[in-house]
Amino acid sequence: MVERRPYLTFLSHAFLVLGVAVVAFPIYVTVIAMTHGPQALLQVPIPLLPGDQLWNNLNEVLFVGRSTSGTPPTWLMMVNSLVMAIGITVGKIVISILSAFAIVYFRFPFRMLFFWMIFITLMLPVEVRILPTFEVVAGLNLLNSYTGLILPLIASATATFLFRQVFMTIPDELMEAARIDGASAMRFLVDVVVPMSRTNIAALFVILFIFGWNQYLWPLLVTTESDFYTVVMGIQRMLRVGESVPEWNIIMTTTFLAMIPPVVVVIAMQGLFVKGLIDAEK
Amino acid sequence: MSTVTLRDVKKAYGDTPVIHGVSMEIQTGEFIVVVGPSGCGKSTLLRMVAGLEEISDGEIHIAEKLVNNLEPRDRDIAMVFQNYALYPHMSVFDNMAYGLKLRKLPKDEIRAKVEEAADLLQLRPYLERRPRQLSGGQRQRVAMGRAIVREPSVFLFDEPLSNLDAKLRVQMRVEIRKLQRRLGTTSLYVTHDQVEAMTMADRLIVMNAGVAEQIGSPIDLYEHPETVFVAGFIGSPAMNLLDAAAFPGLSLPTDRGPLTVGIRPEHLVVADGGPIGATVDLVEPLGADTIVHAQLPTGDALLIRLPGNAKVTQGTTLSLAPKDEAAVHLFDKDTGRRI
Repeated sequence: MVERRPYLTFLSHAFLVLGVAVVAFPIYVTVIAMTHGPQALLQVPIPLLPGDQLWNNLNEVLFVGRSTSGTPPTWLMMVNSLVMAIGITVGKIVISILSAFAIVYFRFPFRMLFFWMIFITLMLPVEVRILPTFEVVAGLNLLNSYTGLILPLIASATATFLFRQVFMTIPDELMEAARIDGASAMRFLVDVVVPMSRTNIAALFVILFIFGWNQYLWPLLVTTESDFYTVVMGIQRMLRVGESVPEWNIIMTTTFLAMIPPVVVVIAMQGLFVKGLIDAEK
Repeated sequence: MSTVTLRDVKKAYGDTPVIHGVSMEIQTGEFIVVVGPSGCGKSTLLRMVAGLEEISDGEIHIAEKLVNNLEPRDRDIAMVFQNYALYPHMSVFDNMAYGLKLRKLPKDEIRAKVEEAADLLQLRPYLERRPRQLSGGQRQRVAMGRAIVREPSVFLFDEPLSNLDAKLRVQMRVEIRKLQRRLGTTSLYVTHDQVEAMTMADRLIVMNAGVAEQIGSPIDLYEHPETVFVAGFIGSPAMNLLDAAAFPGLSLPTDRGPLTVGIRPEHLVVADGGPIGATVDLVEPLGADTIVHAQLPTGDALLIRLPGNAKVTQGTTLSLAPKDEAAVHLFDKDTGRRI
């Protein structure tokens, strides 16, 4: 836009600043709360300047479990969450690439039927099919295991559909050239298709990692042993302490720690994102 | 020795036949061009030789081996595609080396072969670049390089020059031909451009509607077209093909049923009292020669190609004669075959 009016500039900046404040303030409160003792946070107004309890809180949260909520030390919950999130992300990406590859590059009977069957599962997220899925997982003795946490969340129609669209933009001549060069189907997938889709894979990795990290309902159902608690459900457990007072300094510290991995993933993958936007190789 | 043999090769998609049986022997080192209008089945024929399309009927032999049921990689061929089909995420070096890597050749041997091909194609300075950093002509050379390093017994070209601009096309045409002579590799080259076909081919296959109309050397096809289609397709500007009635002055055989008479524009000369009279409609002076659009008394259009210095004015009537007896081609009007 070439419009240059001072009051417009001021107004748009004011809105932007307001937006940033709305998003950033709660995070600021979280960070401040990390540095205070439990008593300080029960007073009104809550403190808005840093206290001196940061190391204490971190130490408490990371290495000591909470008896009131029955949660294990947060480092263990973080590890559990990480295993689950990465398992879901990698599993989803691998499965979707394989199924999209089959649908795009192979002519087999009922190909379209299978495609539509996958497509229809878009309408069935975990929450809808949670009871039958739980029944199956329980029947397979997968409660309280990483497999039980990860496996039911791996199938993904969205990712399959996305990869199908990406693969269809890869010219057929490349496949033919690879065939003449002597590549088998899987070689072609690994050497040509996957490298050509790497920016899409990166984008999907970010989205799916955050999806996996933020899983709440499913871990809550399949884990009964505290050794398998994930950090997101851990926070929830810390809030529901019944008779006693929630330890806000502990909760906020855990929350802050839980925010770190998704942020790290976004920042790490940002480079590939931008690269994907700049160099259009197709 | 023949490198490629086609025996009554047919192709049908479902019930629709697209190639009606092509037979041919290609000798080692020959450069064969398949030419025809779009949709005539020439690319399909090439893709069948490559193994990218199934063969509905007939046999294809490459290097004395029946290849009907072999995968492309086992056919000892290399192919150059119309849009080059270079792997965009690989460097020029990797593009050329990919086929060799899959064949599990030792690393230093791969490097030696790729560098040799790169020198041949003047691609040495570009080996580390990506295809998108190259010009069209350079990409074309990379695609050639990828074919060369494999040292196949047959090169297959699928309209490799049609994405280049006119000037570069002429230049690459010469380069490809020189390269092929030097390597002595049997080649099958598909194009719709008859000039490309005439200039490059040892022998031509003219295809029309899934049928090989004629197979022969370019001069052979020019001088003795077997069918009306070949007569009209080869040569530029195209041959005049008219009913016998349009040329009452020519002495034509009368016992052969209805005839189509073909005379090339360049085989007509101005001659006093010549058997053909035509009124000049339009004159196109091209410098080296002059193209004259004229009209016969019957109303049919006639093209004449005269020397560049010919003085012709619009509206005058020219008397013309065929240059010699061989300049008049006679075809059966019903079957389109040469008489």
